[in-house]
Amino acid sequence: MNYVTGLRCRECGRQYPAEALHVCDFCFGPLEVAYDYERIAATISPESIAAGPRTIWRYRDLLPVDDDAPVDLGAGFTPLLRADRLAAELGLGELWIKNDTANPTGSFKDRVVSVALTKARQLGFKVAACASTGNLANSVAAHAARAGMASIVLIPEDLERAKVTMTAVYGGTVIAVKGSYDDVNRLCAELTSEHPSWAFVNVNVRTYYAEGSKTLAFEVAEQLGWRAPDHVVVPIASGSQLTKVAKGFSELVKVGLLEHQAVRVSGAQAEGCSPVATAFANGADAISPVKPCTIAKSLSIGNPADGWYALDAIRRSGGSCAAVTDAEVLDGIRLLARTEGIFAETAGGVTIATLAKLAASGDVRRDECVVALVTGHGLKTVEALSDTVGPTVTINPSLGDFDAALGEDLLIEESR
Amino acid sequence: MSVSVRVPTQLRTLTAGKGEVEVEGSTVGAALKALDAAHPGFAERLFDEGGNLRRFVNVFLADEDVRFLDGLETPVSAGQTVSIVPAVAGG
Repeated sequence: MNYVTGLRCRECGRQYPAEALHVCDFCFGPLEVAYDYERIAATISPESIAAGPRTIWRYRDLLPVDDDAPVDLGAGFTPLLRADRLAAELGLGELWIKNDTANPTGSFKDRVVSVALTKARQLGFKVAACASTGNLANSVAAHAARAGMASIVLIPEDLERAKVTMTAVYGGTVIAVKGSYDDVNRLCAELTSEHPSWAFVNVNVRTYYAEGSKTLAFEVAEQLGWRAPDHVVVPIASGSQLTKVAKGFSELVKVGLLEHQAVRVSGAQAEGCSPVATAFANGADAISPVKPCTIAKSLSIGNPADGWYALDAIRRSGGSCAAVTDAEVLDGIRLLARTEGIFAETAGGVTIATLAKLAASGDVRRDECVVALVTGHGLKTVEALSDTVGPTVTINPSLGDFDAALGEDLLIEESR
Repeated sequence: MSVSVRVPTQLRTLTAGKGEVEVEGSTVGAALKALDAAHPGFAERLFDEGGNLRRFVNVFLADEDVRFLDGLETPVSAGQTVSIVPAVAGG
């Protein structure tokens, strides 16, 4: 059943049909999917959702495309893990990690791409395209292969090696652009006008794509036993994910799956690319674009499309926003790995380091149920850690060498 | 001074479908005003009441965001290209 009533400009309210449109022809504001929430509320229930697949498609009533055979590699329904050891280190109480590293291509992007390409296929597109900082490239290439679509992926040339390999292996076209992500994104926005027969998942089908991030909120609520957390901490690149996570919780209230919604939403950025955190700190309404310089390449969007909406969602929810240094990002990755056994990419380091900062400042409180979104796998950005972690020691294969090198250290480990 | 302006799909109804038009102007702002004179309707779509670029419109000169230059006051040279690009994309 499809409950979409059309598209609507978020700024001026003009209405459009549910086609491959992403901005308002008049004011250039973003288009949003409009749903008939009354009809959804009449049919949806915890039981109807539980009867669905263990993927994002269990929430199909609240997604912008309905298809019995979606373009699907199994995105979503990733573990929500109680993180008591990390909580103890940070002085927090009930802390959970939403481990989205467990998605098919290792990041939350599988959620949005599965939705975008299912819709693109329904609209008759045969080519999937995107501008990407890496994670999206991986996911578009993989899902396009799964759907039998051609793919054209544009990335900045300085991406991590794993992200390039994990895109190119699927056999599509990968175009490395000499420039920043913002350059790539501007090029793709222009290409969309010249190649209207290509589905740029984060340009002309972005309206549908972005809705996939709502499933993070849906899953968190369901996995907590149909309860909203008090506070979520979300990394910010374009700001779309944070905006849609906030929307996801409010939709669950609208359709009667949550009783009340008072979820504080806080944002995490790297200092080398922190246009939203800077605007938050300055009390500004406009986002000033920046030239990114950080190891958190998946968050390196200096000109964030939804920056203003993310800022607005943070402020309206009573959340906060902070930025952390690259050294803190690496500490965050190691802290999460050491305490909870989860290896995150640099964006996850940003989230954990920001969580630590907000916990220390009292913005994230000990009496709150807190969920931190860890959205990408550490294997994607191993080079960020190559100077930081490695073998404890290198020895010859002899007992003597072993005891000499490690004996006392091992005893210390065992006594911990 | 003659410059090219690249026009996105959303505004091509104003240029009879053309994606690139030539206008005269010595700054980015002057070129966009000349565009509106030649193809009426651009100004109200690009500028707010205060004459500033709307929040969801990005303008590039030779592929650089004019917010990193001197905005609408940025001088243009003959043969350069000004691009109008919807801001809502990417991420």
